Amino acid sequence: MSYTLSIKNHWAEQQLFFRRIIWSGLFVVILTSVVAGRLTQLQIFEYEYFSAQSQGNRIRLQPVPPTRGLVFDRNGKVLAENLPTYQLELIPEQVPGVDDALAALVALELIDPANIDALNERIKSSRRFESVPVRLRLSDEEVARFAVKRLNFPGIEIRARLIRNYPHGGAVAHALGYMGGINAADKESLNRANYAGTSHIGKISIERAYEAELHGAVGTQEVLVNARGRIMQVLDGEPSTPGQDLFLTLDIDAQLAAIAAMEDWRGAVVAIEPSTGEVLVFVSTPTFDPNTISVGLSRSQFRALQGNPDQPLFNRALRGSYPPGSTIKPILALAAIQDTNFDPERRIMCRGYFTLPGKSHRYRDWKRQGHGMVNMQDAIAESCDTYFYSLAVDMGIDRMQMILEQFGLGSATGIDVSGEKSGLVPSRAWKRRAFSDPGDRVWFPGETVITGIGQGYLLTTPLQLAQAVATISKQGRRFRPHLLRAIHNPATGATRAISHQEMDPVPDTNTEHWNRIIAGMLGVMSEPRGTARAVAKGAPFLMAGKSGTAQVFSVAQDAEYDSEAITERMRDHALFVAFAPIEDPQIAVAVIVENGESGSGVAAPVARQVMEAYLRNL
Amino acid sequence: MPPRGNRLLYHLHLDGPLLLGIFAILGVGLLALYSAVGQNGAMLTSQGMRILAAIAALLIMAQVEPGLLRRAAPWVYLAGLVLLALVLVGGDVGKGAQRWLDIGVRFQPSEILKLALPMVMAWYLHERPLPPSAGTILVTMILVLITAGMIGLQPDLGTAIMIGLSGAAVIFLAGIGIGYILSATALALGSMPVLWYFMRDYQKQRVLTLLDPDRDPLGTGYHIIQSKIAIGSGGIFGKGWLNGSQGQLEFLPERSTDFIFAVIGEEFGLMGGTAILLIYLFIVGRGLFIAAMAQDTFSRILAGTISITFFFYVFVNSAMVTGLLPVVGVPLPLVSAGGTSMVTLMAGFGILMSIKTHRKLLAR
Repeated sequence: MSYTLSIKNHWAEQQLFFRRIIWSGLFVVILTSVVAGRLTQLQIFEYEYFSAQSQGNRIRLQPVPPTRGLVFDRNGKVLAENLPTYQLELIPEQVPGVDDALAALVALELIDPANIDALNERIKSSRRFESVPVRLRLSDEEVARFAVKRLNFPGIEIRARLIRNYPHGGAVAHALGYMGGINAADKESLNRANYAGTSHIGKISIERAYEAELHGAVGTQEVLVNARGRIMQVLDGEPSTPGQDLFLTLDIDAQLAAIAAMEDWRGAVVAIEPSTGEVLVFVSTPTFDPNTISVGLSRSQFRALQGNPDQPLFNRALRGSYPPGSTIKPILALAAIQDTNFDPERRIMCRGYFTLPGKSHRYRDWKRQGHGMVNMQDAIAESCDTYFYSLAVDMGIDRMQMILEQFGLGSATGIDVSGEKSGLVPSRAWKRRAFSDPGDRVWFPGETVITGIGQGYLLTTPLQLAQAVATISKQGRRFRPHLLRAIHNPATGATRAISHQEMDPVPDTNTEHWNRIIAGMLGVMSEPRGTARAVAKGAPFLMAGKSGTAQVFSVAQDAEYDSEAITERMRDHALFVAFAPIEDPQIAVAVIVENGESGSGVAAPVARQVMEAYLRNL
Repeated sequence: MPPRGNRLLYHLHLDGPLLLGIFAILGVGLLALYSAVGQNGAMLTSQGMRILAAIAALLIMAQVEPGLLRRAAPWVYLAGLVLLALVLVGGDVGKGAQRWLDIGVRFQPSEILKLALPMVMAWYLHERPLPPSAGTILVTMILVLITAGMIGLQPDLGTAIMIGLSGAAVIFLAGIGIGYILSATALALGSMPVLWYFMRDYQKQRVLTLLDPDRDPLGTGYHIIQSKIAIGSGGIFGKGWLNGSQGQLEFLPERSTDFIFAVIGEEFGLMGGTAILLIYLFIVGRGLFIAAMAQDTFSRILAGTISITFFFYVFVNSAMVTGLLPVVGVPLPLVSAGGTSMVTLMAGFGILMSIKTHRKLLAR
């Protein structure tokens, strides 16, 4: 049945099918033309646009960070260098499971589990195709440990990078500073284009003050990248200009001697070359390791450093404000000598205390039984407080303020690193400004008395004291202290020396005046009753010095210390200032030992060791 | 007797012009693939092995007499449906969809149905007067809906659409009235919102992305943007073989599979792209010619559908890569790297050749 139907319609069906095939063919040609038209549109009419897009896709301009300048001491010994180190870097998009990978690295003891959170945060905040350092400074052994398991860690690689290294570690940390990641505040003041490839920046002291010189200029390279951002080929570029090398005024041998002498103490040592203002030693203890800080501390490490009651991050040499104690006695004596009515040879009786006329309050001498009959030179050498109480009352606070300020106390020295404190020289005007209670806004005679032995409101920094004693050694000539001695440009080979800057001198050109107070300071070191005679024994040079102790007025409010620690921190600060050799001063030193109690017993030996270490090399 | 040069082809039941077109495409495809896989010899070898397997399938199918094929059609179709059901119950999941069945070799049962559906429809129409009655059309449409629906459930929207289109081609070639065609078109347009409702999220994303690739340039829009950059930056003459930066530097995703046409466009330009379209046009034209020359309804409809479906693949893929259609996972036939679809396509060409050559035997 169906067969006959089929036969019957065979020709008609074939005709129908032919027509449908022709329609289909037409349809096929039309649709093919649509695609061909689309190709024409994209490849001819929009060619320019897509060609540009394709270029942008594959050619990228990359910054080439410059090599940071090196830092040397005054004798060319390296203080800061750049070491090639191996680090582990992770490219997030190439790592199948970041959490698992980090856990596996912890298992290999390559990263600290305490850092996992910080690492995760860093990985999340960086771009997917950018390399994130997850561990810096791998040892050879650690490199090997990772290399063996390398295939288990797709997207994690060992890369060689330059890292700042300080071969002397903490010994120069407060003078040099350290490197840290560029933060939001840094970014505002930076030329961002020049820092495009730079991840770290100098944070404090020299590294920060001379950031512009040390950094250098960024270079560029045109690179061919693939879709994952990986560089396939470097096409073209402009090399970076390395940063300039710095020669500091520091003498690393003297610096290390100071660090060794201060090992068990909190305090500061500053030494200056009197004829130039060059800072030879710049020590604050306890110190910290700039190498670990530059790598980036974990949060707990940083908190431990910040919360340390000994405050290792605090730059005592620059920012520590201490009462100068008896170390200013020679300066006050100089002011007294300038008064024509004053006779430095006149002896006065020291009974061990001083009273103001008509008052009963006794201002005690450090020597209970008194010094007996002393003239000015004896009073400096033996550090007789009674003599200077009397001197201060005769002179008055206005005259004392004047001479102290002429020596630079109470104002910043202007050293070439930032953050310096200016200390305080009290005066009538200052009291009026600083206090709100009318009863406190007048200057009391008793305050004049204690200022005479460097107590009371008077505050100085170790740097100021070093400059003041240098000024004494140069008989009034003053130079601005500075840490930079010369800048060397490795590209041109040119070295530019930093010129010394002379400051307003102390206006006293009478050599005899100066010789008298210097004789008193020599007496400290040499006379039978000189406070620091023991320290000068056997020294191959003649020193002039002055010891001091400063009362600790208040203890920090951290109440966690045990009673023993509190009493330890209640002890007086020990101070010592000195210069040597006396006939041709090469070095002036100020030493402060917190809670060291005895200026002559604790601080003076430090000064001697520093001087010896420096003068030995001259 | 055929000309002497064609004697071998004659005995192997092969069609010279069609074979020439196929080999031309395969050749161009291997060149493009070598570039797309980053000159990876191993990848090229495995594609070569697949081509050899596909040629074997072509040779085998060419020997099968169309009558035998017609009688086997309903059984092949049923077997395909069963395998498809097995996949839905417990197939391997690949890229979020269950398409694979592992029976010694991993393969997608939907590939069988690409041929089995036109076969069973042609078998059904073979015995009915044409143009088909309304009842006949209904039956064929049910067959199409069942097959496309089951594949769509995997979910494999691309293949479901292609199967649906091949079913539509069968009905069109059977001589369905122009009124039906117009109303079906209207119905299809009207059902789009319904289709939208049933689409998975990633499928909706693809459609939205087509309309505006920049709405998600690093996600779903990335493919289209990078593909258009590749083709557009090729210009008239292309960047040269192995010199296409989009492909070589891996900006172009899926460049060895679904987006290989963009590699061709980038490296060979408008000239190369048009040339390959012309070769495809030649193959489709030869297929339609074979269909027109076929002597019975089954052969005619099957040959025509295979040719038109093949063209659909070419069109949908090239339109998708150039940003005219949404990204549906349809490979460029005979060029994209990949296993089963190559074998299916070549088996289809084998059927075409069988229809062509056995017709002559029959006439003698």
